[in-house]
Amino acid sequence: MTTRTADRAFRLTTQAAAGVVLVVVLAIGAFLVNRAVPALRADTANFLTETSWFPDQAKPVFGIAALAFGTLVSSMLALLLAVPVAVGTALFVAHYAPRRLARLLGFLVDLLAAVPSVVYGLWGLYFLKTHVNDVAGWLDRHFGSVLTPLHSSTGTYGGSLFLAGIVLAIMILPIISAIVREVFLQVPRANIEAALALGATRWEAMRLAVLPYGRPGIVSASMLGLGRALGETIAVALLLSTSYDISWHITQPGGATFAANIALKFNEAGGTGRGALIASGLVLFVITLLVNGVARAVVRRPTL
Amino acid sequence: MAKRIDVSGLDAYYGKVHAVADVSLTIEPRSVTALIGPSGCGKSTFLRTLNRMHEVIPGARVSGKVRLDELDIYAPDVDPVDVRRTVGMVFQRPNPFPTMSIYDNVAAGLKLSGVRRKSVLDEAVERSLRSANLWVEVRSRLNKPGASLSGGQQQRLCIARAIAVEPDVLLMDEPCSALDPISTIAIEDLMVELKERYTIVIVTHNMQQAARVSDVTAFFTISAPGEPGRLVEADTTRKIFSNPAEKATEDYITGRFG
Repeated sequence: MTTRTADRAFRLTTQAAAGVVLVVVLAIGAFLVNRAVPALRADTANFLTETSWFPDQAKPVFGIAALAFGTLVSSMLALLLAVPVAVGTALFVAHYAPRRLARLLGFLVDLLAAVPSVVYGLWGLYFLKTHVNDVAGWLDRHFGSVLTPLHSSTGTYGGSLFLAGIVLAIMILPIISAIVREVFLQVPRANIEAALALGATRWEAMRLAVLPYGRPGIVSASMLGLGRALGETIAVALLLSTSYDISWHITQPGGATFAANIALKFNEAGGTGRGALIASGLVLFVITLLVNGVARAVVRRPTL
Repeated sequence: MAKRIDVSGLDAYYGKVHAVADVSLTIEPRSVTALIGPSGCGKSTFLRTLNRMHEVIPGARVSGKVRLDELDIYAPDVDPVDVRRTVGMVFQRPNPFPTMSIYDNVAAGLKLSGVRRKSVLDEAVERSLRSANLWVEVRSRLNKPGASLSGGQQQRLCIARAIAVEPDVLLMDEPCSALDPISTIAIEDLMVELKERYTIVIVTHNMQQAARVSDVTAFFTISAPGEPGRLVEADTTRKIFSNPAEKATEDYITGRFG
């Protein structure tokens, strides 16, 4: 009898908890949409294709095109740089390094994940920037004529999407590496031994048994990292020399992202301005959802 | 081609633990040699020294000589990867590559050796699966995952994978211990067929199995916990099971110990 009562009480508690989450999410969504809609109504430009951001003029003109471009370019660059390094680190820690070194390296990677993003922003601004500028200049001189993105039409390299992408890569590296490492550690020893017993070298055993087994984990970890890069606010706000245009010259100063734009503009924004920022935040939310959906589809796809 | 294995004065260690001491044994080609003995007597460790799989465990090492016909597999200029290509191995639990199809599992070893021609691979996959008595069951679903097969089929798939590269020797570490009796019989029949072409060494806990399939039986034991395992005697299976030279062997096979 008492167990029945306890059982029912437990069920009601869990149901209530789940209900609260649902209500909170719906309430937030309703609030945001409620604020965004008037601003979107007031917009005299196309919200999706306009690049400039002047929401508080008498005739508001604003759109998310430049923000979406800057967000996607910096995040993709971050992913491109971070994933190979993260997978390499994870492979080394999980299957190559002697146990004590592996433990130390794993600890250091976890420590990197714990650094607050404002610290990364300041470090990028005051230390990394000059070095990245040197690298960007070198890339421009050697490859700028063939690869347009590396060419700076202004001849300067400062707070660029390139710099933001590099700092974002460092920021998402630890989380990707930590997850991939855990996945690699779960590869059954029997699979690796099967490969070795067939006459596989160490690397071939990794390719036959470890990497394919870890593939869904690598994809999930990358998407988690991408999600973090897409939403990263303060570091990017510190680094970018904001400009609302779409330029493929990613090494020259300029660019803007959703999250950084919200952080930079919110204080000075008027009523329509705040609504416009909230609307841009909703777009970022949709983009993140889409990315997650794609990732899930990739993970679920059978490997054969 | 099946090769003779000649082991002399072999010791195996895990770090400071002395696992196997002073084993000398000749294993004849085209025969099944069974290694029996109580748990922890070093028979599996000994088996893994024959294809240099022992040393993949951190801290593990071997001293002594193992000759494969004329080749000393522990000579300094011998690459363990080459040894493992000529000495195949089947493990206690079926371990097909979980991300690969049946076809790719069997072809994996050949692809490692650089075989790329589709026709060569097709032919080798069919031949190996036929040799492993699995072809009829899987011919229509070669592209299905290897893990979709039953345990007994998976183990035969692993045997097909091991013989696809045409090794000289086939090592089997308790290959039936995770299988049901019907699958066990299938694998045992297979061993008898395969010994026409290979040198087969099998570790087994099942003495009836040793008696059924092997030509020679080697009995390992430990004198006390913490002591290294030693080879007590090796002789024809008929002799070991009817009239062993050592008292310890007789005690073990009659079930008085172990």
